[in-house]
Parts: sequence; structure tokens; C-alpha cells
Amino acid sequence: MSNLGFQQFPEYQVPGVQQADFSPYESNGGSIVAIAGDDFVVIAADTRLSSGYNIHSRDQSKLFKLSDQTVLGSTGCWADTLSLTGLLKVRMQGYEHTHLRTMATDAVAQMLSITMYNRRFFPYYVSNILAGIDKDGKGVVYSYDPIGHCERAFYRAGGTAGTLLQPVLDNQIGHKNINLSSSELPKLTIERAVAIASDTFISAAERDIYTGDSVLINIITKDGIEEKKLQLRLD
Amino acid sequence: MLNNYNGLAQPFWQNGPAPGQFYHFTGGQQQIQNLPRELTTAGPYGTQRNTARITTGSSVLGIRFDGGVMIAADTMVSYGSLSRYQSIDRVFKINEKILLGGGDDFADIQSIKRTIDQKMIADQCRADEIEMKPTELAMWLTRVLYNRRTRMNPLFIDVVVGGVNAEGKPFLGNVDLRGRFYEDFVVATGFARHLAIPLVRESKPAGREFTAEEASNLIRKCMEVLYYRDTRNTSKYTVGVCTPSGSVVEGPYKVDENWSFASTIKGY
Repeated sequence: MSNLGFQQFPEYQVPGVQQADFSPYESNGGSIVAIAGDDFVVIAADTRLSSGYNIHSRDQSKLFKLSDQTVLGSTGCWADTLSLTGLLKVRMQGYEHTHLRTMATDAVAQMLSITMYNRRFFPYYVSNILAGIDKDGKGVVYSYDPIGHCERAFYRAGGTAGTLLQPVLDNQIGHKNINLSSSELPKLTIERAVAIASDTFISAAERDIYTGDSVLINIITKDGIEEKKLQLRLD
Repeated sequence: MLNNYNGLAQPFWQNGPAPGQFYHFTGGQQQIQNLPRELTTAGPYGTQRNTARITTGSSVLGIRFDGGVMIAADTMVSYGSLSRYQSIDRVFKINEKILLGGGDDFADIQSIKRTIDQKMIADQCRADEIEMKPTELAMWLTRVLYNRRTRMNPLFIDVVVGGVNAEGKPFLGNVDLRGRFYEDFVVATGFARHLAIPLVRESKPAGREFTAEEASNLIRKCMEVLYYRDTRNTSKYTVGVCTPSGSVVEGPYKVDENWSFASTIKGY
């Protein structure tokens, strides 16, 4: 870490001595998909927690309910995820006590960005996707990079199979490279969003060893959050 | 001093108290830093931290069953490839509701164990009949370990925390040197991650928890497999059992060795 470290003085190094370097980071895998509709948003994450070739748990939820209208999906370095979500919960509670109302999704999105950027030079190694209902009652998805860059979107995939899942969403939800007129395109309903999210996970589990076991799906509407579970490959 | 970690905590607000410290009404005064200098000041060439394990324990295996948890570990503490200490318990009773199994660097395990024991004494001194629960200890460990890893000065430990929570609900979890935490019906450290976890997962009945008898049979089987295949193992092991009626560490037990098949293995 320090540029004044021992490594800077090669003439003092003893041959044969092993300098075991501690890495504060570890990738624990997992993927997230979120799809927003007009008045709903669907967010899904797998439940496998692994590192390397070890599967630590087959039943670890990566979805964090921050309020009745907002759910955060967080994967990457699990220790960082726990720290970050713990901090968010504290700040949400603080907001509730000082302002006597629950933080809106848009406000949570901004706070998450700031909280992540606060660790700009020692980042939380996490891939975050925030899903919720915004102040106009519309479904919305926010995605982040590890240092807190925030982008509002309607659909997004993240985590270890993010690169596998995103192009499918681009095509099926974003209707990219589809030669159909807008009247012919299928309408995005909750059922269709859940079906596509489920299908992308089934496909990702085929190719990504860090994604599998099962998917937890949260369907957020103005009436609350509905939870579903879908079995995936266990290998 | 409440603990070693509060010294570096930031004040709540400008000139305010840090967590666990008192407010100074005069204000504006510099708080006395009572951490050792080597922990707070970088040397002329930066700071070097311990990056190696010295004396290590290998496997710890924990299994959750319908009425509690069982944690087992063999009694070996190695010094590299030398089997240095062959009769050290690595499963600890923390209180009537918590068991702790320690893997990885044993010095760091002893260090954290001392701090935990001190917390338990503080807990008892309140005399309010409230005991710490395993979830609380596990969460405390995640914070301590995450804090240490963030300062690039980790405690090289991998622990299994088990016990019973309020309403007698069994709890079994693992915390590692980075503060990674998860709960499951089977958790393990060291070689048991590779050898024991698959055996236990394979025998998990769908839709229900293990019974105490199943858990104890699995522990016996797994400790046998570990003894045969993990070179950093000894045949002696202790088993901690925690149920709503209290926690005990039993043993040491001995693996029922049988080497009669050895002569049939080529190259033995």
C-alpha cells in the first residue's frame, strides 16, 4: 500500500524470503438483474456465495430491503457488502428519525453514490443495483460502479454474470436490434419482466460458476414487495 | 480503556466525543491518544505489518441440528509442517449460549478469545441475567475483523460461531479474516471446507434439519475422513455442543483408526 514500503529498496531484500501480501479484497460472486416497468420494478439475485472453487453457502440472499419501496442488490466482496449495507441501514434510520418519513428511492440512490464515493481511494469492491418506485410512482433502476458512479436506467444486470446477462436484457427489454414496429413489440408486464429475469439467470447459471443454486426475485409495486424463489443448477 | 479499537474512532461531531468516550465540555482540546506509537505513526519507510501465519490450526467443522449446534475441531496446532502442539482445544465455550471454533493463526485466535472472555466478564458484571447471543458475537467479530482488514493489519483467523439465540433458535455461522460472514446448516474452515462440507450437504434431508444423532454421526465420520486425508490433522478432536439447556465442550475423542487396508494400497 505505502509507496515508502520495503519494496522500494530492492538492495535490502533477502533472496528466498517470501513476502506474503495480504489482499483486503475477495470476489464472492453472484449476479443481479433489475427491470423497471411503468408502475413496478423487478429485482432478482442468485443465492450462491462462493470464493474460488468453494461454495460457502447456497442460500445467501443478496437483496437488501431498505424500505417498502426500495431494494438494493449487492454482490462482489461480501465483507464490503455487509459493511456497506449496514452503513446504509444506519443512515436510513437516522433520516427516518430526523425527518419523520422514509427516504424516497431517489434520495437513497444519491446517498448510496455518496457513501460509495466516500471510499474513493479504498473502494467497496461491490456491484450495486438499486431498484425501487420513484416519487412519481414509476419503477426505476439505479446502477453503480465500485467508486460510486450512479446511473438511472430501466433495466440493468450486474455482478459476475453481468456481462452475460446485460446483452440479453438489451435485446429483450430494450428491444435493441429488433426489426419490429413499436406496436408489434410485447408490452412489459410484471409477468414478462419476471419471466425474462428468470430465463437470464437460468442461462447465466450454465456458464458462470459463481451464479447458481437459486434466484430470489423481489417484485416491488406501490402496494409492497412480493418475493419469489426459483431453483437453479446446484453444480 | 474499553477496547483497542476505539482509540482511532472519529468523533461524532467537531470536538465531540468518539464512540465509547466521554464528552469534554471545555471543548477544543486534543483527545489523548493512548494507542501505542507503532500503531499510530508510520516509520521513515512506511509501516510493515504481519502478513504471515505462524502457528496454525486446520479444520473446524460446525453442523446445525434441530435443537442446537455442534462444533468439532481436532487438537492439532501446527508450526508450518511441524506438528508442534498436539493437544490444544480449538473449540471454546464462550458462555451458555455460544460456542466458538477457531481456525487459522492460533495466536490471533487466542488474542481474540481473550478479548471475548473479557466481554463475557463485563456481561456477567451487569448481573441482569442477559447473556450475549451467538448472532451478536458473530456481528461483533465481523466489525472487528473488517476494521482490521481495512487498516491492512488483519487478524489471520477463520472462526465458526455457533449457539442458540433467543427462543432457543440454533445459529451457525462463519466469519473470516476480511469480515466476511454467512450462516448455513454446515460451515467449516481449513481442509474441512473441501472434505467435510460435501459429505454433510449430501446427507442433508430435504425439508428438515438434522437430528442431534445425525449431526453427531456426521461429525464422527467427517473427523475420521479429515484425519485420514488432511496431513495437518491429529486423531484427537473435541466437540462442542450447544442446546437451549447450555453449552459444553466434550472430549477429546479419538478417531477410530483402522490402517489394515493400508497394505492393499500401492505405494504405501
